[in-house]
Amino acid sequence: MSTVATGRPGRFAILANPTRFLELSGKIQPWLYALAALAILTGLTLGFMAPEDYQQGATVRIMFIHVPFAWLCMMIWTVMALSALGTLVWRHPLADVSIKAAAPIGAVFTVLALLTGSIWGRPMWGTWWVWDARLTSVFVLLIMYLGLIALTRALDEPGKAAKPAAILVLVGWVNIPIIKFSVDWWNTLHQPASVMRADGPSMPAEFLTPLLLSAVGFTLLFFALHLTAMRTEILRRRVEALSRLAARKAERGQSEVAA
Amino acid sequence: MSGDYTGFILAAYGFSALAIICLIIWIALDSRSQKRALADLEARGIRRRSDMKRDATVEGV
Repeated sequence: MSTVATGRPGRFAILANPTRFLELSGKIQPWLYALAALAILTGLTLGFMAPEDYQQGATVRIMFIHVPFAWLCMMIWTVMALSALGTLVWRHPLADVSIKAAAPIGAVFTVLALLTGSIWGRPMWGTWWVWDARLTSVFVLLIMYLGLIALTRALDEPGKAAKPAAILVLVGWVNIPIIKFSVDWWNTLHQPASVMRADGPSMPAEFLTPLLLSAVGFTLLFFALHLTAMRTEILRRRVEALSRLAARKAERGQSEVAA
Repeated sequence: MSGDYTGFILAAYGFSALAIICLIIWIALDSRSQKRALADLEARGIRRRSDMKRDATVEGV
């Protein structure tokens, strides 16, 4: 970290300095929120203007939120896996902050992916839930998010939870390709991929455009919320450190009075 | 045809909107309370040795 003090830090070191990170993220943040809102609103509006699907009728509208949520719950774990490398390999001071801040957001989007899928499944499959490969692997992902939230918040000392949390995230990442390819590997009610396919998306533009806009919008929303949550986590650690400092000062003051 | 499914579509969008709004509010409130706590400490004259930029480690964040 010596580069931080030289005045001309490298790109990586700039982001390693929490104060610099707070400055930069503060500038980017409002733009991210604005772009996210714009993309989500445009995407969902176009989605409601799109014609009904010839097989699924109006329920195809659920796709414009369900697919982005499902995509996000996998992407957020991947973002955390990259952060975990930051913790374990480079000991990047913000990597652990990133994991702790992302976990609850990822859990919410995983719940929503399961919930909207379930609501879509009821009229289309005739059941709210089946224990098949896709649904079960996403359910396992939710359990892992909850475990990670517990782990990152169980210990008072933030540094102590950093390493086990990073290891859990990396080991748990094995589940992401399982989720992605579960529809190809096993028999399932869930339909196979329609967008990310080797031969290109198998969907007409009037569905694909709103879907992509909505996916971009929710992805931007995640990054905006993640930035805010990371900034808050940095402040929380400062508050904790300062409170300890204040307590030590008060103790010293008292012992001087007693002497 | 859409009439049969309106309830399902509304439920999916409704739950999603509710959950995301709650998430945004929680993150915003948490941010505000930490900012206040920090301002409160600084008002009491308790400051970081921040500009020394010595501690770039997590401990010193």
